[in-house]
Amino acid sequence: MLQNIAIGQYVPGHSFLHRADPRSKLLFIILFATLVFLANNTVTYAVLVAFTLYAGLLSRLSLGYILKSLKPVWILIVFTIILHIFLTKGGAVYFQWGWFTVEERGIQQAIFISLRLGLLVVISSLLTLTTSPIDLTEGLERLLGPFGRIGVPVHEIALMMSIAIRFIPTLMEETDKIIKAQTARGANFTSGSLVKRAQSLIPIAIPLFVSAFRRAEDLALAMEARGYRGGVGRTRLHKLAFSWRDAGIAAAGVLLAITIGWWRA
Amino acid sequence: MNEENLLALQEVSYTYDDELGSRVPVLKDVDLTIQKGSFVSVLGHNGSGKSTMAKLMNALLLPEGGKVLVAGMDTSQGELVWEIRRHVGMVFQNPDNQIVGATVEDDVAFGLENMGVDPAQMRQRIDEALASVGMEPYLLAQPHRLSGGQKQRVAIAGIMAMRPSVIILDEATAMLDPQGRQEVLQLVRRLNRDEGITIINITHFPEEAVYSDKVVVMNAGEVLMEGPPGDVFNQVERLKAVGLDVPFAVRLRHMLAAKGIDLPFVLHQEELVEHVCRLLLTR
Ligand SMILES: Nc1ncnc2c1ncn2[C@@H]1O[C@H](COP(=O)(O)OP(=O)(O)O)[C@@H](O)[C@H]1O
Ligand SMILES: [Mg+2]
Repeated sequence: MLQNIAIGQYVPGHSFLHRADPRSKLLFIILFATLVFLANNTVTYAVLVAFTLYAGLLSRLSLGYILKSLKPVWILIVFTIILHIFLTKGGAVYFQWGWFTVEERGIQQAIFISLRLGLLVVISSLLTLTTSPIDLTEGLERLLGPFGRIGVPVHEIALMMSIAIRFIPTLMEETDKIIKAQTARGANFTSGSLVKRAQSLIPIAIPLFVSAFRRAEDLALAMEARGYRGGVGRTRLHKLAFSWRDAGIAAAGVLLAITIGWWRA
Repeated sequence: MNEENLLALQEVSYTYDDELGSRVPVLKDVDLTIQKGSFVSVLGHNGSGKSTMAKLMNALLLPEGGKVLVAGMDTSQGELVWEIRRHVGMVFQNPDNQIVGATVEDDVAFGLENMGVDPAQMRQRIDEALASVGMEPYLLAQPHRLSGGQKQRVAIAGIMAMRPSVIILDEATAMLDPQGRQEVLQLVRRLNRDEGITIINITHFPEEAVYSDKVVVMNAGEVLMEGPPGDVFNQVERLKAVGLDVPFAVRLRHMLAAKGIDLPFVLHQEELVEHVCRLLLTR
């Protein structure tokens, strides 16, 4: 039942985006997010939408995959649209019914703000769709590296993330087993009031926690036995290396920044 | 110390504090030597101190009394700990809880990364290690998709990549199905024979001990018996007294002897079958 859940949403492939360095993808997303918040007129939004569509093409993923990423936020987007149409006033009045009006600014903001949300979600899922969780962790660790000098436990955070990636499927399987075991004992997880259902999660959560702690203890011992002694003096199997693709991404970032800066109102 | 002794415990004692704060002696003046290149089985029921002894052998624990020597290095000398842990690899009972990497190659790399091996060299050592356990096709597989036996083989590959002298298996077959158990046992027997790796197999299954060079029986924190499997398993009653079983062939011969049918002592089932058939034919 839970077995089929993929870790993250990574879809393996060999496209331009798949093969770019995770560090440049991460840095680009930070830049892109800033630019999305700087965009404030039709031209700048059009440029960002066009760019995002092009990036989508570069990932060689089907449109379906990319649009699926919008699923968790579509309610938020619809809500934003309604809120702006009803509440933001200004400009020409398109529609009037008693005190209720739909005005130009309202329509404009509805479109801009929902685009803003949509663009951010799509571009960050392009990252997670084309980057394996391991590479992502690796990229984060390297990017955050300099913060290690001011006391941020960068290596530990990255190790924690990769251990989480390793153990999510194991714990999923275990949850599945516990649910089955408790169901066999007559537990009911699918009906009853919300409170009842929440209560019925307790017999799942407790054994899961107990076993997770046991696993953590075992793992710590196994890591120590294999000579683990923290991040100092450690080498890494995966060596990240920039390529011409990353130069391309950097150029695209600079170009995009200039365009938005030039055309924003 | 004798050069041939890769591992030596000299009057080693160890004590845990239990929940109530009272001190429970777990190992009492244990003396043991493990020869280089030998296959040693350790038997003993739960709580007899087997895991504690294993942890003392690669400096996960330090002895309270006595000395533990690994290839002549004293485990209580702090600066030698990493070298000792490279020499002595450990495979634990639960296959899931000892795999660190999100893929097989990442897991095998873990020990090498800890040692600070150059990434270019790492590739080659990972490939060699996976080949030595027959798991090359699974280089990029996610651990949770592997069977229990395969997971234990990956764990062994992770150790082999570090070029160890000894592999200690602490009930590494206890959670496996019979096929997985066979896989792991055949693998360590082969590593022992072909690559000269010293193996210490801690186990509950007397059958697994039949092929070893030496059997060590632990009881209540002491070495009760020590010797070739033939000598140890011949003392059926003494083993029974501490709650330990013997291999099937030995047990059957013992039961037949009680009924007045005398057969020569054998360890392997096939040999016993042979003797029984011969007896039936000559009667
Ligand atoms: N971390 C610990 N703290 C306290 N007591 C322990 C601890 N680990 C083991 N013991 C006790 O030490 C004894 C020997 O344990 P162990 O070496 O694990 O035996 P075995 O592996 O033969 O089953 C047991 O009685 C156990 O309860
Ligand atoms: Mg044990």
